[in-house]
Amino acid sequence: MAKIKGAVVVNIERCKGCNLCVVACPSNVLALNKEANSKGYNYSIMVDPDSCVGCAACAYVCPDACITVYKVRV
Amino acid sequence: MTTNEIISPENLVYTKTKVLNDTPMHYCPGCSHGVVHKLIAEIIEEMDFQDKTIGIAPVGCAVFAYKYLDIDWQQAAHGRAPALATAVKRLLPDRLVFTYQGDGDLAAIGTAETIHAANRGENIAIIFINNGIYGMTGGQMAPTTLLGMKSSTSPNGRTAPLNGNPLDITKLLAQLEGTCYVTRQSVHNVASVRKTKKAIRKAFENSMEGKGTSVVEVVSTCNSGWKLSPAASNDWMVENMFPAYPICDLKDL
Repeated sequence: MAKIKGAVVVNIERCKGCNLCVVACPSNVLALNKEANSKGYNYSIMVDPDSCVGCAACAYVCPDACITVYKVRV
Repeated sequence: MTTNEIISPENLVYTKTKVLNDTPMHYCPGCSHGVVHKLIAEIIEEMDFQDKTIGIAPVGCAVFAYKYLDIDWQQAAHGRAPALATAVKRLLPDRLVFTYQGDGDLAAIGTAETIHAANRGENIAIIFINNGIYGMTGGQMAPTTLLGMKSSTSPNGRTAPLNGNPLDITKLLAQLEGTCYVTRQSVHNVASVRKTKKAIRKAFENSMEGKGTSVVEVVSTCNSGWKLSPAASNDWMVENMFPAYPICDLKDL
């Protein structure tokens, strides 16, 4: 069976660490980083990249449009 | 396959639309305004209307909307966005004209302009962000504030004898002859974001077809004003705002 793998890229400087993408992700891929960006926000990162299916739920709910999503069949 | 191999242009599923520029938005983290801005930008790109859209910015948190969407804008005096939109649309009928207003702008100081523009059936789309509070000025009570809801000017909660009842202006606008499409949506999860996008697109198409005034209310959060986290605000909204402002199409002609 074909497996779908996804990846997300967060625009670190644009991210405000609102946590909505972390809540929206059905596979618990995302979390807020311990390190902050130049504005002091703990930006979102992939902590479990292998579980990402590229559903783009995080990108849909992101208020700052800082998430880009990629998806591939393997 | 590693993450770096997946990240390549041919595998792209979702990215920021070009209509939304690179200026970071001034909104608080988790604010619903950002999602609605993004949806409007995506719809304008999909309709290929970037050169033909004129937005009317309100007074309120969204006063700087013109900094983020790469289209033509006018900025109206407080509450007067529908009046300005009337003028713009009548002078330039081939353009897509929409107003973007909060509840303090549309339902308080701009009540007269809103009702009369909708009653005249101006061919404009009104995007109405309802978070039940004046966000920009520090969380004061708005006409749409719920009974019992705390704000900086109703610290013990709104009461009907002292503060009056919440104003459901969208329901009021649905009664008018001039409106063709009146709907209430939200943007708290993926399904609702998709539905809101469809609703705004329909409102834009109605205005270009000359059907009359379309109103899309987006029940939103103001996590700073509500003193909650963005995720907790969404839950609070579902629990408390939706019973008073149910998500539905109020009118669709």
